[in-house]
Amino acid sequence: MITIKELPDENLFTAGHTACPGCGVAMSIRNAIRVLGKDTSVYVPASCAVVFGTTFPYGAWKVPFFHTAFENTGACITGMQAAFEKKGKKVTAVGFAGDGGTYDIGLQSMSGAAERNEDVIYICLDNEAYMNTGIQRSGGTPFGAWTTTTPVGTKVQGNRRFKKNLGEIVAAHEIPYYATLSIGHPLDFIRKVEKAKNIKGFRFLHMFTPCIPGWKMDPAKTVEVTKRAVESGMWTLYEVENGEKKITFKPGKMKSVRDYLMMQGRFRHMSDEDIKKLQMWVCKKWNLHYKEKGAPEVCEIVPPEEHHAVTEEHREMHGP
Amino acid sequence: MKLVIKTVTKPGSTRANKTGAWRSFMPVFDHKLCSKCGICAIYCPEGVVYKLENGFFEPDYEYCKGCGICANECPKKAIKMVLEGK
Repeated sequence: MITIKELPDENLFTAGHTACPGCGVAMSIRNAIRVLGKDTSVYVPASCAVVFGTTFPYGAWKVPFFHTAFENTGACITGMQAAFEKKGKKVTAVGFAGDGGTYDIGLQSMSGAAERNEDVIYICLDNEAYMNTGIQRSGGTPFGAWTTTTPVGTKVQGNRRFKKNLGEIVAAHEIPYYATLSIGHPLDFIRKVEKAKNIKGFRFLHMFTPCIPGWKMDPAKTVEVTKRAVESGMWTLYEVENGEKKITFKPGKMKSVRDYLMMQGRFRHMSDEDIKKLQMWVCKKWNLHYKEKGAPEVCEIVPPEEHHAVTEEHREMHGP
Repeated sequence: MKLVIKTVTKPGSTRANKTGAWRSFMPVFDHKLCSKCGICAIYCPEGVVYKLENGFFEPDYEYCKGCGICANECPKKAIKMVLEGK
């Protein structure tokens, strides 16, 4: 198994790209492509990754890169892989799609590729809204979140629907490998990407990637917010290998979801009633994933704690 | 009608785009406190925290955007964010 210190130093996704400071997508792409290596061909549908990675006339990628339409990630990587096989090249086709391009727009194409069990890697960079076009709600947006299409008014405050359970949808295709990843847990991240690299068939990696302008938060907190998401149960780290589900990281005690929400501007308007509603959903999810057979259902919550800023100046600059 | 297809043919050419000018706070690495764990290098979204020959880490200020993730995540608190130009 590869460790952090054994990772190759060379960046296949170079500096100088125009992602926002503290971008979770850039971090995920960079580390994933470092593990996947040079024998990879990348496809990216319409998303931030196209805009900041290939700002014409420059390109940040050091591996072949391809981009066409929004809804066809699954179809495109299928075709690329078929062409490589025909030419006798040992290359893995990788698709980096956003949550909009996976949950909503690209779902039929992804489902087709998964059902045919194509030998490709599909990576979903989940930042919980259409961030590239200006923060519109997607199927992955959690309950209560502010977006431009779910505004905060006097009658309705934020998104009214809960996050779609994509993991169950993808795993229901009976694919060889499905895993959820978080950049806040690099060892787990590297292990899962490497595992996916060595499996044959359709592999789906679901990455949790915070978005600074969309989530309205301090750029320095990208990793911290990911860790809090896992600790509170908003995001679960698990893998499904040939139908067998395994939890790869279990947080000690369930932390209050309020702790996670108050770090981000998109949730700050939420009333106590809404937070309670979301907490109930999180508890249900926590019991579904972490509860052992026969054990009682838990909803024990560690009370919220105070946050610390980087420096005094940083706090003045970016707010609390 | 003449069809013009434009492609980016040079890999990694964004290095011409010096993003260091975006920064308002710069990370300063204190080697006395550093334990050489490399957390800063793995978390950097730009990938510009490099390992030196003596095992310590330093950022490339030409590209560092000053997000502050390295300073926030450093387990030894060996990285300080300092206002640019001070």
